[in-house]
Amino acid sequence: MNVDAALAPSAHGRSRSHVEQQFDDLEQQRDASNLGMWVFLTTETLFFGALFFGYAVSRTAFPEAFAAASRHTSIVLGTINTAVLLTSSFTMALAVRFANARRRRMAAMLLAVTAALGLAFAGIKLTEYGIEYREHLVPTLDFAFAPEALKRGAELFFWLYFTSTGLHLAHLSIGIAIVVAFAAIAWRSRSTDIEAKIEGIGLYWHFVDLVWIFLYPCLYLVART
Amino acid sequence: MNADSARADFFVWVALLCLLALTCGSAFIPLGSMNLIANIVIAAIKAVLVAVFFMGLGRRGPLVRLVAIAGLVWLAFLVALSVNDFATRAV
Repeated sequence: MNVDAALAPSAHGRSRSHVEQQFDDLEQQRDASNLGMWVFLTTETLFFGALFFGYAVSRTAFPEAFAAASRHTSIVLGTINTAVLLTSSFTMALAVRFANARRRRMAAMLLAVTAALGLAFAGIKLTEYGIEYREHLVPTLDFAFAPEALKRGAELFFWLYFTSTGLHLAHLSIGIAIVVAFAAIAWRSRSTDIEAKIEGIGLYWHFVDLVWIFLYPCLYLVART
Repeated sequence: MNADSARADFFVWVALLCLLALTCGSAFIPLGSMNLIANIVIAAIKAVLVAVFFMGLGRRGPLVRLVAIAGLVWLAFLVALSVNDFATRAV
């Protein structure tokens, strides 16, 4: 990282990357920002970890029902969506690299692509919800499942399915909103330390991707043979 | 902008998509309990690729790595203690 260049005063009469008074230098400020996001992500690990544990316990209790219920998820849409999200992580990684290289416009465009891929994921996910609604797979609404012996376990599977993908989608939506905002800031602004902000939202975005990497086999690939 | 680092990101992305194809394809081959193990192992490899390269754990100092691992350690506590409950229930 070129700290000298980052600290050089801009034509606007203000340092391009402002160092807050509690930090010695820009590098320390950025390390603190990065560490803060990692600490937040550890709490998120426990948040989603509890859901995965609940899934493991339920699947152990109802193995046949989970296998049957999983076959009702859309593996084509689920797999396409996984590829979309992995690709969005790639464009996000590139955005962070361009931001750190002080190529803000390029970073802003990559952030816009990342947000667009995030929206595509959300659109496909909502399409799946629509299919599941029409197939009476939404618990408490009008849940129907054959054979009757597996209904209870299958309903539990879809409780976990909607809870985990819904919470994931909520995280993704927050991510999209912040990515769009930072894309706009990076495109226009010259006076804020946008590099550290983009790195922070990048970590969050990749974490949301990580959660999906584990959700995908748990929900879509239980018993396809 | 380091062209090498961008190229590394590109290869990580290709590897992630290959692993996705592998995990999806393996699910259609009857392997018994190996299906589950394959899914978990492939997901773990994908997670490590994302964490080390995209999230920069490979470039970061020991403090950040400790925090990242601490999250997993506390998750292990949560799981281990909860398993004690579920594994010893009479019903």
